[in-house]
Formats: sequence, structure tokens, C-alpha cells
Amino acid sequence: MLKGVNTHIGQYHILQGVDLSVPQNSLTMLLGRNGAGKTTCLRTIMGLWRASAGSVKFEGKDIARMPTPDLARLGIAYVPENMGIFAGLTVRENMLLAARAGDLDERRLDWIYRLFPAMKKFWHTHAGNLSGGQKQMLAISRAIVEPRKLLLVDEPTKGLAPAIIGAMIEAFRELKRDATLLVVEQNFHFARSLGDAVAVMDSGRIVHTGTMSALAADEALQQRLLGLSLEAHQ
Amino acid sequence: MKTDWIPLLLVPVIAIAALPFISGSTWLTLTVAGLAMGMMIFIMASGLTLVFGLMDVMNFAHGAFITVGAYAAASVLLAMKGDMQAPSLAANLAAIGPALLAAMALAAVLGLFFERVVIRPVYGDHLKQILVTMGGLIVVEQLIHVVWGPDIIPLPRPATITGAVLIGDAAIERYRMLAVLVGLVVFVAMWLVLSRTRLGLLIRAGVENTEMVESLGYRIRRLFVGVFVAGSGLAGLGGVMWAMYQESVNAAMGMQVMVVIFIVVIIGGLGSVGGCFVGALLVGLVANYIGYVAPKLALGSNILLMVLILLWRPRGLYPVGKA
Repeated sequence: MLKGVNTHIGQYHILQGVDLSVPQNSLTMLLGRNGAGKTTCLRTIMGLWRASAGSVKFEGKDIARMPTPDLARLGIAYVPENMGIFAGLTVRENMLLAARAGDLDERRLDWIYRLFPAMKKFWHTHAGNLSGGQKQMLAISRAIVEPRKLLLVDEPTKGLAPAIIGAMIEAFRELKRDATLLVVEQNFHFARSLGDAVAVMDSGRIVHTGTMSALAADEALQQRLLGLSLEAHQ
Repeated sequence: MKTDWIPLLLVPVIAIAALPFISGSTWLTLTVAGLAMGMMIFIMASGLTLVFGLMDVMNFAHGAFITVGAYAAASVLLAMKGDMQAPSLAANLAAIGPALLAAMALAAVLGLFFERVVIRPVYGDHLKQILVTMGGLIVVEQLIHVVWGPDIIPLPRPATITGAVLIGDAAIERYRMLAVLVGLVVFVAMWLVLSRTRLGLLIRAGVENTEMVESLGYRIRRLFVGVFVAGSGLAGLGGVMWAMYQESVNAAMGMQVMVVIFIVVIIGGLGSVGGCFVGALLVGLVANYIGYVAPKLALGSNILLMVLILLWRPRGLYPVGKA
């Protein structure tokens, strides 16, 4: 839960008092125009950019000042917009690195293979050689290679072909059964298919919260809140 | 990603290309000399390339670790002169072992001090890094004058590794063969650590994207310090090898060799240990062949090699994909 969170990047005041609550065991979509502060919001939760004011609470504990590695150890996983895969490492090595316990859990791995069969096929392939969709699958697989409590995912469908977006939707349906997800997305079709709750950002603030189904049903509200970004991705 | 063998193949290609210009026995001598020089440069440069790749730090003070390592070893070796001059391998090793340990330990401690005090405040600022590390190198050089005096210290090689072995008509210096062997051992050890261990996995990942490594739950700062200290220790080891090669130690040796080290790091691809290895061998071979065939070009041969390689591969032989 974020309360009154402000984040500065250099001289720029990006987050200007963000209040956001992410319900447990559900998928919350964070929508908004380009430059609204969505990515900054995720990065602030993950400790990659420090909140200059306000609190970020996770399981009742204020985590706003905690270092990023400690947040990961608490069970928060982050999939950045650029996917953050290690191109020089194989798919297996990428996954192994994320499994902090040391070894990969075979049962969990089988589950991941069911979600993303390409991961099994390209297990020993260097990640740099994967296609854009496969890289995104790897980025998400890596985030869930161990059970996580909160998944922060930044634009998982960016640049993906429609067929792969369909596979992503199926995978996210599975994922949200046992984790809390906060997903930044520009693709409204994807957001509408998966979101339980929704928060819309504009100019560094949350300007709307509610259920995804209510927003999906109200075209005037969509147009007012999301404008061109919505039209471009519908 | 398939293994890219082309840069590695350049080493035998250049060696074979030099053969028509040089007689057989001289070619063999020059080739071993070039490989030995390359291996020593690799030992000195490998830590620097890792530090740059992982921490994005331009550390001109790396030369200080080389010099301090050489001086530490010289102190030990001169104190054990008897063992050094004895015609017994065991006695020689009894002197060299502690000398190498002292060199690596002192260079590593100096590296730790530099990382904590000099470099940490300027992470992320290349201009300041160049200024403070260059300043640090000068300060260490002057401190060496204070502690060890301003004169060059002669450093004779141990008795059992002086002289040469005759292979046909070619005279191959024993010390150069040893340098090749030590360089190979260091390279294989680094390769094993980087490719077969979890620590190596973390280092390779960190070279690509430090932020993501942190997001996966690893404290990258600790890794930074460990790699910096290990790289400094390796520079100390390289300093000893280089000092024994030159049979003397002087306070400016680290600064003098830094130019070649930077060339090797750039040729190899910033952050690439494999590239650094191949780059060092190429520099060693080319310097020796050109020095023999066209001595007037010898001074510029490294620069010429760097220019040609960067024209071919602008990010070095084995570019590291940084996020």
C-alpha cells in the first residue's frame, strides 16, 4: 500500500503524492498515459528509486527505505519494461540466478513449462537469441521461479504479436491464482481480460481507482481517463 | 549465442602470417616472447576489465596495485636472496611463494582501501573517477618513493628460471615459458569460476545489468567489493611477473604499463575476460613481430592494432551487452 508517495528523479518531481492499495491475491492494473508515472511507481515500490516522502507498506511493514535486495527477499518480484533478461546467459542460467535457494524446484519448473513451453525448448539457448515474446516469457518465468507474494510487471505485452499476447493472458490467469499482481499496461484489451482492480495515473497521481469491470463498461470514463493511449491500443 | 571463435583464431592467424617475414627459430622465440608478454598483460588487465564491466568504474589507479605488488614481492625476494640464488627449485619456490602471496595480499588490501575511500564516493561519475583514481595513482607512486626510495630496485630472477632452453635453433627463455604457464593457469581458473560457479554466474549477470541482479535479491555492493579486491590482487600478481620479466622494480612501472592495459581492455570489449585474454595475446604477438620486422613502427603497433580491431568490431572483440 502506497500512501502520499513522492518520488524525485534528479530535478523532476515524478510521483506527487500517490495513494494506492493493491488487494491481496488479485490482479491490479495500473493504467495511464505515457509519462503518467506508472513505471516510476513500480520502481519506487521495488526500491530502485527512493521515495522522497510518503510510505510504502507491504504486509504491514514500511518498506520505503529498504534496499532492493531485501525487498526481493521479502517475496516481491519485478519484471521491468525492458524485461531485464541477461542476454549472455542461457535460459537455464537466468532461471538459476533467480532461484535464490540454489537449485531449481522441478515441480515448479514443470508448471512454468506448462505456462510457457518455449522455456523448455530453449532451456540451453542464450537469452539474447530469443525472440521478443520468448524474452518476455523468460522474464516472467524468472520472476515466478520461486513462490512470490507480490509480482510487479511493467508492460508485459509491449511489442508482442497478438498470438503471443493471447498466450500471455492465459499465463497471467494462472499466475493470479496464487499471487498478488500489480501490472502496468497500455494494452486495454489485455488489461480488461485480466484485471480485477484498476488504478489510473495521471501527472504523478492516482486519479481513479475501482474495479476493472466497471471501467471496461464505461466508455466515457475510459476516454476521459486514458484518452489517446487507450485508442492506440484497443 | 554460438561461441564466436573468429577473434580467438586471429592469434594463430597473426602468428602464421608473420612466419614468411621471420626465420623459423627467430619466429619461435618471438612467438613465445609475445605469448609470455600477452599472458602477463592479461594477468594485470583481467581485474580491470571485470571492474569496469561490473562496476562501470574507470580505474586509473589499477597501475598502483601493479606497482605495489611488485614492490611487496621485491622486498620479500630480496630478503630471501639466499633461497632465490640457490640452484634448487624447492628453495626458489620457498622464496617465490611468500613473495607472490605478499604481492597479492598488499595489492588486495590497497584495492579494498581504494574502493572504500576513493572510488565509492564517485560511483556513476566517470570524470570524477578518472580524476580521483589518477590522483590516487600519483599519491601511491610518491608514497612508494617514501617507503622504498626513489631508485630502481634490481630484481634478479630465481636461479632455476634464468637462462634459456634450446628448441632446435631457437632459444626460449625459461621465464617466458613460466609466464605463459602462469597466464594460462590464471585464465583457466577465471574461466572456471565465471562459467561453473554461482559466483561467476552472478558476476556475468552483474556485468550485464546490476539493477536486475539487485532486483533478484543479491547485494551487488558486496560483489563489487569482492571483485575489486580480487582484481587488485591479480594486478599485484601481474606486477610481480612484469617486474621479474624486466628484472627491476620502479615506482612508475604501473603507470607505464597502464597504456597497454587500457588498449587490451578496449580491444577485448569492456568487461569481457575472454576478450581481454585474446586482446592481450594479440598485443603481445604484434608488438614482438613488429618490433623485429619494422622496429620504427613498434611504438605505434598497439595503437594500430586497436584502431584496426575497433574498425572491424567497434565494441571490441567480445562486446558485453550492458543494460
